[in-house]
Amino acid sequence: MRWALLSVAVWLVAAAPAPGPVGASSCTGCHASGVGIGVLQGRPAADTVTQMEAFRSGVRPATLMNRIVRGFTPEEVKALADWFARP
Amino acid sequence: MTPRRAVLGAALAMPFVASAQGKARVLVVGGGFGGATCARALHAAGVDVTLIEPAAEYWSCPFSNPVIAGLRDRAAQRFTYDGVRAAGVPIIAARVTSFDPGARTVRIGDTDLAYDRLVLSPGVDMNEAALPGYSAALAERFPHAWKGSAQNWLLHQQLEAMADGGTVVMSVPPNPYRCPPGPYERASLIAHYLTTHKPRSKLLVLDAKDAFSKQKLFQAAWAQLYPGTLEWVGLSEGGRVTGIDPDGTLQTEFGSHRGDVTNPIPPQRAAAVAAPVADRTGWCPVDAISFESRIAPGVHVIGDAAVMGAMPKSAFAAGAQAKVCADAIVALLTGQVPSTPRLINTCYSLVAPGYGISVAGVYRPVNGQLTDIEGAGGTSPADASPAVRAQEAAYAEDWYRTATAEAFG
Repeated sequence: MRWALLSVAVWLVAAAPAPGPVGASSCTGCHASGVGIGVLQGRPAADTVTQMEAFRSGVRPATLMNRIVRGFTPEEVKALADWFARP
Repeated sequence: MTPRRAVLGAALAMPFVASAQGKARVLVVGGGFGGATCARALHAAGVDVTLIEPAAEYWSCPFSNPVIAGLRDRAAQRFTYDGVRAAGVPIIAARVTSFDPGARTVRIGDTDLAYDRLVLSPGVDMNEAALPGYSAALAERFPHAWKGSAQNWLLHQQLEAMADGGTVVMSVPPNPYRCPPGPYERASLIAHYLTTHKPRSKLLVLDAKDAFSKQKLFQAAWAQLYPGTLEWVGLSEGGRVTGIDPDGTLQTEFGSHRGDVTNPIPPQRAAAVAAPVADRTGWCPVDAISFESRIAPGVHVIGDAAVMGAMPKSAFAAGAQAKVCADAIVALLTGQVPSTPRLINTCYSLVAPGYGISVAGVYRPVNGQLTDIEGAGGTSPADASPAVRAQEAAYAEDWYRTATAEAFG
């Protein structure tokens, strides 16, 4: 039965990309190509983590990312950064 | 076990998999920020999804206040569904009259369409009964301008036609309603229009609340930019409007106010098509993980019509919910448990051209309700520099381009 469920899963959503880590689908509500806010997709993970933690600590001035980053743990930020860095 | 038997076995275990085509079908009702984004996300995930939307075009509410105040071209608010179709999402251009959560069908005219999962993203209706005297007919003379392009344009034309020295009266409803900071952005930009074009005129804002979104930032900006033009009257000072007369006079508990232009923003509720999954408050309670209705299984509600805790009713929230709901539906259709989501909301408001302020929140499910993560979110700082205000105004435009591209292509 377990295999049966799995086969249906594959059949229904063969083309489905895996959903990203927690919060990822909200990030792309602003961060997309063609606008000044900046793209996350393809950005090196280490760079994203550095910037996000600089927003968290206040080292880098922000309009609102300092308010948003506090909704994520450093581990969650790392997971998001890794996911957006994938080719 | 052969693949065929495997499928049959699973279909028996999960009856919702067995639709007419043999592949689970999702119908999305309503082609706004929530519905269009959700339909596209489901399609991208390989789901058989159809968007049902009667209108050939969508007129965006975000950035409609600058249109009303003469600061923005109306055409920048208009979107077609060509991009949704080009993305591969079929669209049925018809109005849903009812749905049957038991039979899992949606009725369009005389036809019943079967679904495995239904997503309702219908937006709001004006709750005219909650503003005694108001009606669709009266809205043609005293526009709420809270839904649809024609109402917004009417209000703009009335402001343009008003003589200098006139009075504009707005009313603001109690919570919850579409776009919590929206009435205050509108008040700001109407005041900007008056000070710029008709400096002897006044704006009176009658509010059913004493506290509102980004209040300190709005009130500081009003004192700085629009002193003597914009007067805000809160609940405790008698600001709650209790009815409207046929001549547009707004009644409060302490008096009556007649404007040369009157813009009553009535209380609201989930749009009528969602009434079977609304509770006594008029809104649709949903699970904070899957956005599945607490009233009817198999029906998901996203965007302004839904209530699931602290997340405000905004286009940003609708888009974020749309994508989380799409992920949850993919999980449910494949026999998995939807993962626990994290959602972000950001709302920008303009208090003047080039002067933007924001409120943000990060939400997670706690006891079935989306709950603010403590320490995160909040409003722009009170002491931000003009450069930061200008940056937020520019980011508001950026957000709009991204959100409308995610929804409409």
